Amino acid sequence: MGWHGKILRVDLSKGTCKAEDLNQEWARNYLGQRGLATKYLCEETDPKVDPLSPDNKLIFATGPLTGSMASTGGRYSVITKGPLTNCIACSNSGGYWGAELKFAGWDMVILEGKSKKPVYLFISDDEATLMPADDLWGKSVWETEPTIKARLQDPQIRVTSIGRAGENGVLYAGIINDLHRAAGRSGVGAVMGSKNLKAIAVRGTKGDKPHDPKAFMEATVAGKKVLAENAVTGQGLPTYGTQVLMNVINEIGAMPTRNWREVQFDGAAAISGEAMHEPRKSDGKANLVTNQACFGCTIACGRISKIDEEHFTVKTKPEYWHASGGVEYEAAWALGSDTGIDDLEALTYANYLCNEDGFDPISFGATVAAAMELYEMGAITDKDTGGIELKFGSVEALTTLTELTAKGEGFGKEIGLGSKRLCEKYGHPDLSMTVKGQEFPAYDARGIQGMGLTYATSNRGACHLRSYTVASEVMGIPEKTDPLVTDGKAGLVMAFQDATAVVDSSGLCVFVTFAWSMEDIAPQIQAACEGDWSVENLLLTGERIWNLERKYNLSAGMTAKDDTLPKRLLKEAAKTGPAKGKVNDLGKMLPEYYELRGWTTEGVPTNETLDRLAL
Amino acid sequence: MIRALQIEPVKCTGCLQCEMACSYEKEGVFNPAKSRIKVFNFHEEGRMVPYTCTQCAEAWCLHACPVDAIRLDAETGAKIVVDVLCVGCKVCTIACPFGTINYNASAGVVVKCDLCDGDPECAKACPTEAITYVDADWTGLERMRDWADKTANEQPQA
Repeated sequence: MGWHGKILRVDLSKGTCKAEDLNQEWARNYLGQRGLATKYLCEETDPKVDPLSPDNKLIFATGPLTGSMASTGGRYSVITKGPLTNCIACSNSGGYWGAELKFAGWDMVILEGKSKKPVYLFISDDEATLMPADDLWGKSVWETEPTIKARLQDPQIRVTSIGRAGENGVLYAGIINDLHRAAGRSGVGAVMGSKNLKAIAVRGTKGDKPHDPKAFMEATVAGKKVLAENAVTGQGLPTYGTQVLMNVINEIGAMPTRNWREVQFDGAAAISGEAMHEPRKSDGKANLVTNQACFGCTIACGRISKIDEEHFTVKTKPEYWHASGGVEYEAAWALGSDTGIDDLEALTYANYLCNEDGFDPISFGATVAAAMELYEMGAITDKDTGGIELKFGSVEALTTLTELTAKGEGFGKEIGLGSKRLCEKYGHPDLSMTVKGQEFPAYDARGIQGMGLTYATSNRGACHLRSYTVASEVMGIPEKTDPLVTDGKAGLVMAFQDATAVVDSSGLCVFVTFAWSMEDIAPQIQAACEGDWSVENLLLTGERIWNLERKYNLSAGMTAKDDTLPKRLLKEAAKTGPAKGKVNDLGKMLPEYYELRGWTTEGVPTNETLDRLAL
Repeated sequence: MIRALQIEPVKCTGCLQCEMACSYEKEGVFNPAKSRIKVFNFHEEGRMVPYTCTQCAEAWCLHACPVDAIRLDAETGAKIVVDVLCVGCKVCTIACPFGTINYNASAGVVVKCDLCDGDPECAKACPTEAITYVDADWTGLERMRDWADKTANEQPQA
């Protein structure tokens, strides 16, 4: 019925696992995954909780379309309070794990308390057991996953786990499933580590039961046809992955470079999606081996790469000569353009390490970039870095710091705390390119004005996946708007935020929205679930979810003052490209946004708004 | 014309739509655990490979069955398990060199690919044509064409 109607509650302090009925009223109001788990978190925890304390909860949640035949229906999200941001954290991942949890008969897993000793959770259909993980602690994701499968003698088990970054309290540690798919942002992996939980292994054999299977098949087949015939989801993404954007965004002058000092990167072509297809001079092979899909996905944007065996980073390390997840656009940007590095093989190596030990390449790369600027200014010295010459463009500096951060050693410990804390410590808080403590993704808000408002108002700190107005402002989806003007952007951002909240709560991947409107999505949800899932009700649900997250953040101590951007974006104009001379005009968009949202001038939802949304 | 499933691993993205389609058609549930086709992920090689019964002409499973529960469907060439005759002895699962016939504990019978009466759902669900249903006598045709193309069109012209 879309939902199994069953959740698993694990008390790590007591070592107990018990099944509970899903709150169906909440499911009707919040759909699933992101929305529904946020509702549980709000009801069960104090928003002022210390994110790394046992009182915080960690929720793994699927949506009603997770594990279904809907294209991209394989997503899950991890919802908790994030240690990087002190806001709501909600990180979404693909791969196969989410679908497997659904097949085992569970809609979500709520983990509370803290285990005395390292444990992992094993779910085999109805049975859930906490298993000792003392000997897995200190191991990477890439060691943990095969070890658990071998130990349980079942290669069909799917595993999600933390690496050493999550154990060591890297504030942007992620949770990695299927070796290279990540619930990457906001430090959800650090929360898992703080609970002494190493992994969740799942084997499910119960399958998925949509409410109306025949209608569901018709709706999902129609949806897949739309994706296949669309230029972005049918051609661009399968061929180049998200890396299709590298050259495009650079050309429009919205490619943040060297800690956002510049907006175009002269090395962009060398680290682009096109470059991943080119035979290397060294061995005649391309960096890219193949594209790969997540569960149920007919787009298949995932990159599978192999590093050049002769590259200095891996020449003496045959353990990295195998294929694995290659760089996506965000990783290529943060590890590459933001640090001024145009060595695709080095970026692939750094990306491998981020997956191997579970940390977010966006926040990591951006923190290294901030450290490089501080180093070039003299605010950070060789004494601080332990002798690493932290210059922009230094491949050695990047790869050494990746290794140190993974292991929690040396200057890597400071990099692991993120750029906000780093820049504050060294006396230049303005140089941290963050909102609410979370590092920006790969779109310069001077060249794409709507993204400034997107970042400033995102409920999980700077993020492109809360309202991807790039779709409209650059790609013309659903209609083209001028990236350099602010008119109409408040409404655009709000519409994207609400629609994205729906997609993130359904079990689908947000990439479907390049081709699908809400009119394509609604019939699929309607056929999977009982209840009213008209377009109108879905959008109201999205708005409700957005406001619930906002309420959580306000209760956690956020105010309108946190809805802002670093000075660099508001005062330092872009130096080159189509946006030359522009800053981000957030001040023109934000008041209108608050008004459209039905919030006070202080960014607080009015009682009228809360009543309208039944909050 | 007898057709056969043709699998081209290089085109497979690992989305598992084939497994979902198979389980829905054969068992009425969306459940890869009930699928007769499986996709294997050779992660370190970067290759996903769907695999299922190739419908051997002299099928080991058919010959091994002590109760004649595995029959030939003359129209499709599929070797089909007759559920009411199958006693669940599993001898066929030992005889099959490829592992593509397996015991289903909940049903008490063995299950294998039966080509969906000549309209295989896995091929229809595959978004990349990694699984197609083609003339059984010409499963090599596409590869022959590719090599013919290479031979004739990629040689330096005189």
